[in-house]
Amino acid sequence: MKMTPKLATLLILAALVLLAPFLFPSNFYYRVGALIFVNSIAVTGIVILTGYAGQISLGHAGFAGIGAYACALAPAHFGIHPALAVVLGAAISALLAWLVGRPILRLKGYYLGVATLGLGILISMMLNNERQLTRGPDGIEVPELGLRALLKGWGLDLTNGQFWYYFCGLCMILGAWLALNLHNSPSGRALRALHGSEVAARTVGVDVARMKLQAFVISAVYASVSGSLLALQNKFITPDVAGFMHSIEMVTMAVLGGVGSVLGAIFGAAILTLLPQVLTVFAEYEQLVLGLVMMLVMIFLREGLLPSILRKLRRKGE
Amino acid sequence: MTASRDTQTTLLSVEGLGISFGGLKAVNDVSFAVKPGEIVSVIGPNGAGKTTLFNMISGVYQPGAGRISLSGEEVTGMEPHLLARRGMSRTFQNLQIFQSMSVLENAISGFHLQERGSVLADLLSLPGSRRRAKAAEEGARKLLARVRLAEAADREAGNLSYGSLKRLEIARAMASQPKILLLDEPAAGCNAVETEEIDHLIAEIAASGVAILLVEHDMKMVMRISNHIVVLDHGEKIAEGDPATVSRDPAVIAAYLGAEAQTGGDHA
Ligand SMILES: Nc1ncnc2c1ncn2[C@@H]1O[C@H](COP(=O)(O)OP(=O)(O)OP(=O)(O)O)[C@@H](O)[C@H]1O
Ligand SMILES: [Mg+2]
Repeated sequence: MKMTPKLATLLILAALVLLAPFLFPSNFYYRVGALIFVNSIAVTGIVILTGYAGQISLGHAGFAGIGAYACALAPAHFGIHPALAVVLGAAISALLAWLVGRPILRLKGYYLGVATLGLGILISMMLNNERQLTRGPDGIEVPELGLRALLKGWGLDLTNGQFWYYFCGLCMILGAWLALNLHNSPSGRALRALHGSEVAARTVGVDVARMKLQAFVISAVYASVSGSLLALQNKFITPDVAGFMHSIEMVTMAVLGGVGSVLGAIFGAAILTLLPQVLTVFAEYEQLVLGLVMMLVMIFLREGLLPSILRKLRRKGE
Repeated sequence: MTASRDTQTTLLSVEGLGISFGGLKAVNDVSFAVKPGEIVSVIGPNGAGKTTLFNMISGVYQPGAGRISLSGEEVTGMEPHLLARRGMSRTFQNLQIFQSMSVLENAISGFHLQERGSVLADLLSLPGSRRRAKAAEEGARKLLARVRLAEAADREAGNLSYGSLKRLEIARAMASQPKILLLDEPAAGCNAVETEEIDHLIAEIAASGVAILLVEHDMKMVMRISNHIVVLDHGEKIAEGDPATVSRDPAVIAAYLGAEAQTGGDHA
């Protein structure tokens, strides 16, 4: 079988998920790993929206918030299973993205960035202020997904940390597979075409507004699922998940690693998730670090870390 | 009766087309028609409004006045992607290549209308999606061979020479199997050999029944291949006719001499 970039990326991700635990100094790292995977899922959505289609969102954490609070609220209020709550959250996110994106994406320029900024802030404010429903800034409990107990029944006994590590790892790989499929498909090509030259894309028949809207909706679903998984594994969620800083974090991770490549963006997610866990100074100055990273990447590594490194290696190899 | 016969054979008709940019009448009251398989050239000095005319016909700009019809259907102000579905395709004076894609992918992009399907099928890489992509790739390779870019298929488009990119744009525009192809200065910046190649290519495309609307400064080429020429100056049509008639027209000669006196005649 020919080794396509898609297959290579998936194999690398699978190998990393499976082999990394052998290097873990303590069980705490299962949790760090799971967090990396959760962020990777959101960042893969950013790759589709920004890397493929060239559109910028500054409010994707809002969709993560919807996904997270769907898992907290829907089981409690409608009695549905948490797994179904994930789907419900994704559906609401998709619908909201469609409603908000439809009028905006017909316009040219950076309207989407501004509008999503507003949307993110709005969702975050609602989660903070609707205390009766969300219990406000203090956060709310999230029920157990129950899959771990099910697996135990089938003879697969994982610790809580291990379960979320492997489960989120699997979801990340699934998300990457979908994004990579899209990349080389007719729709993905149309997205990359309108990113390259909108006028040329239109004249070859690409319905630019429609394609942008599809990318926006898909990326919103990624963010929503990421938020759901975060809520379910923490069994607790606060409105910070929908906050502006989380939106900026997503974009910075993608841009740092390379927003045009799924593997690159996941690499960026890994670095920026790992650093604050390993170096506590980073946690204290997170906002400063994010700003600095963004600036440096924009000045020195426009394509992002991974593509730049690969390019260097290829040059050496020649 | 002649009128009804005329609309049947007319592929593109432009009537009284005009647009202004803040007081400047870039194109004013321009009318002409293109029949199937015909090569119609639009010529005129720099800034005459040729590209602006193309932008209106291809839906990139909304005309301020006038009507455009394609195959008898009024399409004035219609979006470019809808015009593409009705058989219109174009290239650009200032290249509009998808820089970060390979040469092959640029050509495949031209097949968008044939290869597009549901985004869900594409996400899941369902057999239908792969089949459509594969058919588009095969078509694209054939087109690349036709414009002598088959060897460059896997190269990044951004690294190609100017002349090659001009041919790549033509290949991409041909992919949708248009009824009419608008070419905006396809030979600009090309050397004599490349110009001749493009010259042949255009004749070949026209011979296959595709109508061509051409903007070109290379007068030798225009005179040789055009069936009909429309001359613009300061946004107005100053002459129209077959090459021999147009080249003898005093108004055309005056416009060109005037332009050459101003610009030093950098493109006769
Ligand atoms: N988007 C725009 N906004 C304002 N003015 C414009 C715009 N597009 C074109 N113009 C003006 O309209 C006039 C016609 O320009 P156009 O590009 O159509 O000329 P052209 O005949 O294609 O010239 P060239 O041979 O140099 O390509 C020029 O004066 C130009 O500055
Ligand atoms: Mg022009």
